[in-house]
Amino acid sequence: MSLLAQAGEQLGPVALPPLAYSDIGPILVLTTAALVLLTIASLVKGRPPAGFYALFTLCSAGVGLLSSAWLWLTLDEQGPRFAFANMIAVDGFAIFFFVVVCISIALAALVADSYLRREGLDGPEFYVLALLSGAGGMLMAAANDLIVIFLGLETLSIALFVLAGFHRRRSESSEAAIKYFVLSAFSSAFLLYGIALTYGATGTTNLAGIAQWLAANIAVSNGVLLAGTALLLVGFGFKVAAVPFHTWTPDVYQGSPTPVTAFMAGASKAAGFAALLRVFFSTFGVLSLDWKPIVWALAVASLVVGSVLAVVQNDIKRMLAYSSISHAGYVLVGLQAASDRGIAGALFYLLAYTFMVMGSFGIATLVGRRGDAEHQLEAYRGLSTRRPALALGFAVLLMAQAGVPFTSGFLAKFYVISAAADSGSYALALVAMLAAVVAAFFYLRVILVMFSPVEEGGDSSRVPVPFSAALGLISAVAFTLVAGFPITSGAFFEFARRATLLF
Amino acid sequence: MTVDGSWYLILAALLFTVGAIGLLIRRNVLVMFMCVELMLNAVNLTLVTFARMLDDIGGQVAVFFVLVVAAAEVVVGLGIIVSIFRRRVGATADDLHILKG
Repeated sequence: MSLLAQAGEQLGPVALPPLAYSDIGPILVLTTAALVLLTIASLVKGRPPAGFYALFTLCSAGVGLLSSAWLWLTLDEQGPRFAFANMIAVDGFAIFFFVVVCISIALAALVADSYLRREGLDGPEFYVLALLSGAGGMLMAAANDLIVIFLGLETLSIALFVLAGFHRRRSESSEAAIKYFVLSAFSSAFLLYGIALTYGATGTTNLAGIAQWLAANIAVSNGVLLAGTALLLVGFGFKVAAVPFHTWTPDVYQGSPTPVTAFMAGASKAAGFAALLRVFFSTFGVLSLDWKPIVWALAVASLVVGSVLAVVQNDIKRMLAYSSISHAGYVLVGLQAASDRGIAGALFYLLAYTFMVMGSFGIATLVGRRGDAEHQLEAYRGLSTRRPALALGFAVLLMAQAGVPFTSGFLAKFYVISAAADSGSYALALVAMLAAVVAAFFYLRVILVMFSPVEEGGDSSRVPVPFSAALGLISAVAFTLVAGFPITSGAFFEFARRATLLF
Repeated sequence: MTVDGSWYLILAALLFTVGAIGLLIRRNVLVMFMCVELMLNAVNLTLVTFARMLDDIGGQVAVFFVLVVAAAEVVVGLGIIVSIFRRRVGATADDLHILKG
């Protein structure tokens, strides 16, 4: 002992690096909540009261939102900054996605609560995995290093593989899990190769360091760097389901348990876009002449393929999957503009999209009924007479996705398309508007089916609407209307705009 | 003895290509897994080579992260495979054809 004490005196105290844990507050909140929930569930004997896990998750997401709000306030005093040895960026952009992820978790918990009990899958696992997955998504959004982006991406994805295969008795669910797993691992390998090549070209994986290197070596046309950039784009393209990297989306969205699909479409896509926007707009901004044509092509392909293939689908989850592909195209339109307005539009689009798509999949969860199988378009026939409020809510969400005025979807599309037109991409703006017209067709088809009468001998069974799911759906519809209403929408766009400025 | 670093990079690129092509054409899910591992290890080789060429420790540290994540990924992947193929005879991707359209 005295020997060790002597050694300690000789060498002096250990200098610990400054770690401001409050800078990653929301991530810590979600991770802690997941671990606490797991511990409680394994220690408490017997079943907790119904809905306890969902309520706990909801409260954790609420605390996550509060801690994001607190971080946002510190930005005013301290400004955007780096934390954890420049690995984490604390800026408005990251906090914006903290908020989006917390909202996704809350909506997923509300929708999943009744679903899990209905399907006999009740337990803490769903919520724990959703919280951990959300923490990974937040890490992706806040990462200031390519390796940290990779870690966040894998934390997000690995939890989602398990969630996709969560419905053990349905073989569709397992099939979705394995397909998602193989294609996600494939895309991660591309992303990593991109990271490795970028590291080789610039000598660092730090985003700020890469930006500095690019600023100093602006005239260099570097093949390795360009290959690395392209591979990064492939990796992120898979994650956000942009055409031609979209092939997994319809199968996985259709096969996964519907609340998981909602979470996947909301949080996972937002986190993928967070990393994509940060890396390409902020870090590789100097190279924008190189990547803009590629993003242009990806955006056009996503818009066209997503809209056109959605028209021929008869499964509502598959249709929404294709429509989410075309939504990815609109966000890419915002990135392609490569301007502050374009990025602000893309952020607003992602916020509005999260509510629209999660609400839509929430309604699909309820209409799917026991067994999670009633997802044919015919299952929606006559929903307006069986469940008028549900049909009306779905109609609002679908019209918002189509971009009907006075909904958040209209403003979101307006912002990204006007940003594209401002930056001179008139062709892209035109394609985006035409895609919206095609897309309107299949959204309206669903609305038409819902409001047409049931035929003789058709399915006229009741659709149960539990309280928790109703709460989630009401908030999704309410946000869609409030964020689309001319007077109130300004506040939300201002949030997105300030998030862009505080890079 | 000195070896030009580009040889290692070319070898890694070839390994990556073999893995990618293997994943696309093989039909056994376990072999597809092995192809993913081949791709990830090709990336590791690239990272280590660049770290040596740049005389920078960052690339080698990244390799550890990749290894750990790949291990975690395989655990989940094998779990999914086991849960699917307990009910089937062979682990062939062609048997998974419920979801299409």
